[in-house]
Parts: sequence; C-alpha cells; structure tokens
Amino acid sequence: MIAADIIRARFRLDYSDFSLDVDLEVPGRGVTALYGASGSGKTTLLRAVAGLTRISGGFLEVNGQVWQDDTRGIFLPVHRRPLGYVFQEASLFAHLTVRRNVEYGLKRMPPSFRTVSMGRAIELLGIGHLLERMPAALSGGERQRVGIARALATSPGILLMDEPLAALDARRKEEILPYLERLHEELNIPVFYVSHSLDEVARLADHLVLFEQGCILASGTLVEMLARLDLPMRLGEDAGVVLATTVIGHDRQWHLSRLNFAGGDLWVRDSSTVLQQPMRIRILARDVSIALSPAADSSILNVLPVVVTGLADDAHPALILAQLDAGGVPLLARLSRRSAAALELRVGMNVWAQIKAIALIG
Amino acid sequence: MLSDTDLGALSLTLRLATITTLLLLLTGTPIAWWLARTRSWLKVPLGALVALPIVLPPSVLGFYLLLAMGPSGPIGHFTQALGIGMLPFTFWGLVLASTFYSLPFVVQPIQNAFEAMGERPLEVAATLRASPLDAFVSVVLPLAKPGFLTAIVLGFAHTVGEFGVVLMIGGNIPDKTRVVSVQIYDHVEALEYTQAHWLAAIMVGFAFAALLMLHVFHPTGRRKWRQ
Repeated sequence: MIAADIIRARFRLDYSDFSLDVDLEVPGRGVTALYGASGSGKTTLLRAVAGLTRISGGFLEVNGQVWQDDTRGIFLPVHRRPLGYVFQEASLFAHLTVRRNVEYGLKRMPPSFRTVSMGRAIELLGIGHLLERMPAALSGGERQRVGIARALATSPGILLMDEPLAALDARRKEEILPYLERLHEELNIPVFYVSHSLDEVARLADHLVLFEQGCILASGTLVEMLARLDLPMRLGEDAGVVLATTVIGHDRQWHLSRLNFAGGDLWVRDSSTVLQQPMRIRILARDVSIALSPAADSSILNVLPVVVTGLADDAHPALILAQLDAGGVPLLARLSRRSAAALELRVGMNVWAQIKAIALIG
Repeated sequence: MLSDTDLGALSLTLRLATITTLLLLLTGTPIAWWLARTRSWLKVPLGALVALPIVLPPSVLGFYLLLAMGPSGPIGHFTQALGIGMLPFTFWGLVLASTFYSLPFVVQPIQNAFEAMGERPLEVAATLRASPLDAFVSVVLPLAKPGFLTAIVLGFAHTVGEFGVVLMIGGNIPDKTRVVSVQIYDHVEALEYTQAHWLAAIMVGFAFAALLMLHVFHPTGRRKWRQ
C-alpha cells in the first residue's frame, strides 16, 4: 500500500481512571469501524484524530499528510484539517436555518477545494425540503441528517462519525442507515465510524478495529475479523459472519431470491432485489447448525457443504464455536459442547452447515 | 415640572450609563470568556473579586476608589503620568468608578451564557473550518445574544441607580457629577418634594421598563442550544 492511501495513528494517554494505547494503521479508503464498549477509548481516538483532544506525544498521518507529529512539533489545528465530523448529538447551530448550517463550512472552503457541492450534500441526505427550517423544528433523525450533510459539504478528506445513530430510537436509525449506505457507495471519502452496535458495523464497515480498555484488541477487514474464532466471545450473541453475495435469480412462486457466493448458493426471502445486484448478508453463529449428512427431511432451506477449520470455547461453558470453510469463505456456527461430542466434530471434517436465518444488510 | 438642573442631571446620568455600559461590554466580555472557559484555580478567587461590588457597601468601594484615584494612589499616579490630572470629582472619574461598580452585572449574564452553550458549538465550528476568532464572532456571540442583552440592561440600569459611589468619587457638581439620584437627594434635603416626586417617578418608570425588557429577552428562560 502506498503512503497516500493509509492512515497511521499513534496515541498514548495514561490517567488513573482511563488509559489509551493505540498504534493503528488502516487503509485510507472505505469505512473503518471503531468498535468497542463505552469507555474503551474509541471516541477519544476519534477526537484525537480530529484534533479536538490534543494528546501530546502523538503521531497522526492521513493519506500522506502529517496532521500531528510532536517529535517534529507538528500539530495542525482542527480548523486546518480537511475533515468532516459528525457528533453523536447533531449539534446544529441553533441560531441558523438548515440551509445556513449546511453552508457554514462550505463558505469557509476555497472553491477550488470543493469536490462535494452543496446540492449534492443536500440531495444525498434528502434534506431539500427542510432548508428554510430552524433546527428546533426538526426531528432527531432529520437533525442528524443535516449534521451529516453539513460535514459533507466541506468536501472532507476523511469523515469522522462519533456514534451518529446512538442518540436515536430504532425507527430513526432505520431512517438514516440507508443514507449512510449511499455515502459509502457513492462518495469516495474514507470514514471512521465509532459504534458500539455490531448491527451498524456489519451493515456499513469494510474494516473493523476492536477496542478494549483503551487498547486495540484486533484490527482487520470486517469479513476476516468477524470470522475469527478468538474474537466472537467479545461479540456475544451477535457473533457471526458477513458475506458479499450477488443476486442471481428469483423464484416468483415462493417469493425467494437466490444469492451466490464462493461457497455456493443461498435462498433468501425476496425483497425487491434485482439480478446481479451485490448484496451484503449476515449469518449469525447461533443460526448455523451442523449435520453429518444433508438432511432431506428438514425445513431448513440452506444447507452447504463445509469443512471444519477450527473449534474454540464460547462465552458459556455449554457452548463451543466452530469455524467452517465454505469454498474459501469462512462461516461460524455456535453449538452445544454435547452436540459437538455426539457428532465427534474435529478439525478437517467434511460436514453440512444448516443455515436457519440470513439477514440481508444491503 | 423639571428644572434645567433636573434635565442636566438626567442627561448626565444617561451619558454616564451609556459610556459605562459600552466600556463594560468591551472589558466584561473577555473577563466573562476567561471565567467561563478557564480551568485555572484562579477562577474562583477572581470570580469572587468581580462579584464583590454586589455585596460591598457602595461607600466602601467608593472610598477605596477615591484613594486609588487620589494623588498617592496607583490610578492617580497613572493619570498624572499621562497628563490627564486627577480623576476624583470629574465625569471620567465617575465613569471609571461605575465600571467597577457595575462590572458583575455585565460579566455574570455573559459568563452564564458562555457556560450554558458549552464547548460543543466551538468544536463544531472548528470542524467546519472556522478559526477560533471566526467561531467566536459567527457562533458564540449570536448564541450568547440573550446574555448580552441582559448584561446591557442590567449594567445600564445599575449604573443609573448608583448613589453611594457617586457621592464618594464625584461629589455634587452640577452638569459634571450630579446624577439623578444625587439630585433627588438634594431636592429632599431642600424640602422640594414636588421636584423629587417627578424625578423619582421617572426612575421608577425606567426601572420597570428595564425589568420588562429582561423578560422580553428571556421569554422562556430556556436555552435552545442542545437541540
């Protein structure tokens, strides 16, 4: 990877009640999720990247530009960093209309640096009908969309988002997620996305950085990270993999769509997908069970031939996690220790994965 | 109705209060900003120092200011060195004394407004490319507007109402230091109750209007920032 396409961050803080020790190198493109419990340091890192919190002795390089290097006395003040920041609460300027909120950063950009127009930011977030309103007259979801549009209108070189959905209820989240997915697809802006919701991470992220108590436990592509056997214990009930698939067919009679990935084909409920459309899906470990033969007398639609590639303890002593290989793509299955013993499950065995549920996540 | 000396006292009072309020906005805003933002241990003692005129008898404040402005006081030395001469018993002496006297009434509402908005508007402005000065002008000042209006009304009204400090510093020189409150005192001493009534009634009307204005600037008493 060339230096222009990478983000390097080294920060170390040591307080009696909080410490941060981070040495991170992630790709300077796509969505990088900073995931962990509250208080694990992910927001502190985001604020340090923005320059809102100054951690002395730090180093930060974003796509070839050094923003902070205290050994050389470099610290770019926040307002000189080409970034967009979305706060947990939208934090709109209460004295300005939506339009003037969005214009605020745009007007402070030299025109030659504008790659995202005002109209584009407004269109991407669907806030055209709100422009003349005051922030107090908006719903929580609308406010957050304006906050995101305002950050985008500065044509940022990186977009930093600090749990942008955490302050919203489930319906408002569903209202905003499609807009975030569009940003991902249509704009070529790297994003740091802080979250403690694995659902959001699975839908949006390409890269996952896992935080625990101020340290980075692991970092890698989302697909690899979610399939690792040593991490799911920390993900609890939500342990499971994310797969990239393509829609290859429809069965109108039974209202099903057929998805293809390297490990085979899967049937899912039809939800107005189009042929050849890429589709990200999520399969939770608890929804995968293992059989020694492809049962024909079962209600389960999706049964794939797989090889057991790993076995590991799960959070509860009654459970174990199995890592399976489906045509080179990893899956996870959560089963009881007793079942594993009954099947005499071992690494290298050829078995059948029965998949009870598949979530389409965009 | 109102005599020429009454009118002179009224116009002098308005001039004093206007100049004092303007000076207080210039000096009080940075003080309020510092008090609202600092994490220094000096915040509490300096905050108390600014608030001192609220609880101190005006004559005490006037006494010390008189000494400070006198020939052997620090302010007196300074003004003499500048060639201005001595400030006691002059209009500008009154302005300086009023500035100290009304300082907390201007600093505190502005400080409260700065504290209520928190760091967040500044952080947002910085992430939107605004320099600190730009953010102060384009975000902090408009958001603190109710605090500034309250400060202007309170600073002005409090300066109009001063008496003790004026007597200590200014004495009672027509058209130079004789403000309305002193004029009313003179009328009463001379048993000119009708004259005293007219001026007193004007002061009551003014004070009432000032309080009404405060209510207009803070219609709900709530701040809307957090949305």
